[in-house]
Amino acid sequence: MTIHELAEAYRRGETTPSAVAEAHLARIAALDAKVGAFLTVTRERALAAAAAADARWRAGAPRGPLDGAPLALKDVLCTKGVRTTCGSRILEGFVPPYDATVVERLEAAGAVLLGKTNMDEFAMGSSTEHSAFGPTRNPWDLGRVPGGSSGGSAAAVAAELAAGALGTDTGGSVRQPAAFCGVVGLKPTYGRVSRYGLVAFASSLDQVGTFARDARDTALLLGAIAGHDPRDATSVDAPVPDYTAALAGGVRGLCLGVPREYFGEGIDPEVARAVREAIETLRGLGAVTEDVSLPTTDYGIAVYYVLAPAEASSNLARYDGVKYGLRTPGAKDLIEMESRTRAAGFGAEVKRRIMLGTYALSAGYYDAYYGRAQKVRTLVRRDLEAALARVDVLVAPTTPGVAFRLGEKADPLAMYLNDVFTVPTSLAGLPAVSLRCGFSAAGLPVGLQLIGRALDEATLLRVAHAYEQATGWLARRPALA
Amino acid sequence: MSAPAQAGWEVVIGLEVHAQLRTRSKMFCGCPTAFGAAPNSQTCPVCQGMPGTLPVINRTAIEYAVRTALALDCRVNAGCRFARKHYYYPDMPKNFQISQYEEPLAEEGLLEIDIDGAARPIGIQRLHLEEDVGKLLHEGTLATAQASLVDFNRSGVPLMETVSKPDLRSPEEAAAYLRAFRAVLVYLGVCDGNMEEGSLRCDANVSLRPRGSAGLGTKVEIKNLNSFRNVQRALEYEVQRQAQALEAGERIVQETRLWDADRDVTRPMRSKEYAHDYRYFPEPDLVPLQIDRAWVDAIRRDLPELPRARRRRFVAQHGLPPYDAGVLTQSRALADYFEAAVRAFPQPKLVSNWIMSELLRALPGDDERAIAGAPVTPERLAGLLGLVQDGTISGRIAKDVFERMLRTGQDAPTIVAREGLTQVADEAALAAVVDRVLAQNPRAVADYRGGKTAAAKALVGQVMKATGGKANPGIVNRLLEEKLSRI
Repeated sequence: MTIHELAEAYRRGETTPSAVAEAHLARIAALDAKVGAFLTVTRERALAAAAAADARWRAGAPRGPLDGAPLALKDVLCTKGVRTTCGSRILEGFVPPYDATVVERLEAAGAVLLGKTNMDEFAMGSSTEHSAFGPTRNPWDLGRVPGGSSGGSAAAVAAELAAGALGTDTGGSVRQPAAFCGVVGLKPTYGRVSRYGLVAFASSLDQVGTFARDARDTALLLGAIAGHDPRDATSVDAPVPDYTAALAGGVRGLCLGVPREYFGEGIDPEVARAVREAIETLRGLGAVTEDVSLPTTDYGIAVYYVLAPAEASSNLARYDGVKYGLRTPGAKDLIEMESRTRAAGFGAEVKRRIMLGTYALSAGYYDAYYGRAQKVRTLVRRDLEAALARVDVLVAPTTPGVAFRLGEKADPLAMYLNDVFTVPTSLAGLPAVSLRCGFSAAGLPVGLQLIGRALDEATLLRVAHAYEQATGWLARRPALA
Repeated sequence: MSAPAQAGWEVVIGLEVHAQLRTRSKMFCGCPTAFGAAPNSQTCPVCQGMPGTLPVINRTAIEYAVRTALALDCRVNAGCRFARKHYYYPDMPKNFQISQYEEPLAEEGLLEIDIDGAARPIGIQRLHLEEDVGKLLHEGTLATAQASLVDFNRSGVPLMETVSKPDLRSPEEAAAYLRAFRAVLVYLGVCDGNMEEGSLRCDANVSLRPRGSAGLGTKVEIKNLNSFRNVQRALEYEVQRQAQALEAGERIVQETRLWDADRDVTRPMRSKEYAHDYRYFPEPDLVPLQIDRAWVDAIRRDLPELPRARRRRFVAQHGLPPYDAGVLTQSRALADYFEAAVRAFPQPKLVSNWIMSELLRALPGDDERAIAGAPVTPERLAGLLGLVQDGTISGRIAKDVFERMLRTGQDAPTIVAREGLTQVADEAALAAVVDRVLAQNPRAVADYRGGKTAAAKALVGQVMKATGGKANPGIVNRLLEEKLSRI
């Protein structure tokens, strides 16, 4: 059941948050050995929260539609008293002394937090194969990846191990796994949701996002976590609209831009066809479409793989074995202790990006790499903003292809290119959502990406909702035992 | 320092001064900044650099930096930006320091110093904000310690770095600059200026060039200059070292040297301690800071009177010699003390004399806290001077009373009454003492009558001795004169 269906069932007294939490915990116990979505299951914490939610619903005083909703958190979000690994050995044994703002807000809304989900180490990857604790598998085909880096959260929602989940998106880490797992994944505008307590990968790009089974649940989750946070200087101080109310209204009269660069070489024909059909469906609902050009699209990956590693090399400097997490024993001095700890604690992809980023920031190279990448980032942003000045929403595929097989993309560059349609939006700080728009012949979900103006998540959700209502894709569920 | 070795060389010095700002909370989190608390008791996830935490700028720190920038006639930039400075050291929890690099808060100012009575402007290149690091504690010495501990209480305390231009021409000028700079900060109330507690720290860049040359020689950076005395001594040593090297035809190596105050030498730091590429880049967790003009103007309007202006005013308004004015304005507390005392006892030069000779014998004049908390308040000093003026006690007794006031914290009338120090001004009583002294000293009386008028002085002394110093000297003199002329 979806979150809004659960709330309705609680209201009618058909079930209770405790019963639902128990059912989800039982399903996790039964299925997660196959999927590998969770790194930590917080059974006691979940049942205690559920019991409190039971009492509120019984008293007719729930905190809102999220009261009693069983949710999962990507293990990059700090949880007080619950280990937070970021999928890395280097944070072994790290138990944060504080909750991330989004965790506080979900709990304040009555959510039942089931546990922490698997991810590519420090959110660096597009397949959740780069977790120090083993990969997560795609519920639609256990031989395939769920996407990444928020693969655990996406798989948990797709496999109905949780009704919703939070992830984080730096270059596509919510939208791409949402596409691969056939769920709704929203990356809000940069600054819309507080980053306090989100363990940083690339600070200027990181944003907390949501996974849900439909647009209505996405509206509920976003409404709960969005809003200014005085602890995050980059969070936007703007009112949070009623996203649920904004779902109504349909797409009649909306202008949808179709960026031609997103349908070019390298795109899987099955994906292109499904997305084109989705655009036709939206036209049938009364939207008008317009072809647009985003000439800087091709530069996105290059810019991203200079800026994100540069910021990562800085953000990850603190993991040195001195204060928390892993410390490799037996070193004869400080420098040896630090370098041995980092050598043992970080995986290959993280080390690759730390080295790339360190190089990009080095004296003599800064202008050529970091400085230049910032300039091109501005061009990418202007490109998208110019298009969105003419159209209300851009519609495009989320990824060039459907979920690939575990081990299929061993070449880092092939993996990086999977983000080609998600990275430009991240660079521009704009909101985007991925939703299911069909299946490949092999039965794998295809993702439709909607990109909107800054702080205009409401319009994205309205389009997504109209599309869901007009199509029957959500009825199909993965055939897990 | 022997001058000959440097005779042909001109000294070029620039100072970088780090001042801890007296904000209640830290630069990027809400933790308190008080010195001396139990280790790690003033920390939170943010200043411990925990994963997921974010910095938030302390507005008061910005205000203090703007205030300082205005006092130094700097240009306050309309926009400034924080940047990350990277190096690995365990006292720095994130392994980068949030500082400012390409877009500092303020630039291009000046500070006037007095050299041999003449004012000389020293250029200020830039002023920026950053966060302080923690403190390492080693079990035993660094070389033998089996373990080291980190105290993050200081981590995140606001630091203001002010870089002078290379305008200083001698170690004496460098020390004078630091003194003047410290006085400005203390007057502004932005820093307590306490060098022992590390509130004010100084690094120096020093080079030599042939006299008359306009270029700059190879500079050496000297760290660990934690007192005025060390600044001067370290620079004197370094100037001599460089001069001797140059005279011997050697080249100066650009390096960082550490002042070793125990051995009175500078020595090179190991290369790995300073061979950094800091990989600066703009801090993505903080948005660029826009400094509102109206706010800057409001801060400018609220600037207090600065040391130089106050010194000039003390000369003009109170008629003090420039020397006195200089001593009395060395700290804001001392200048305030002087003015409060003068309000209660309007004889500025007398008050100045008492402060310089008595108060500053007991308390350091540049120690704001000591002066502000002096057991002899300005009002009590005025009360003491009033007792001298009305003849209740003599000037000599007053000095003893001042000492007791310092020790006991009591006021002058209480001490004078309890100790029976009131000056004897009763003519009848004194006349009896004078008669007795004259009777006991026939020889002196004879000398006086024989024309040796100096003998009268010995007789005055005898009378004072007989009264325990409490006799009013004026009355004694008059009585003696009268009685001797009648004999």
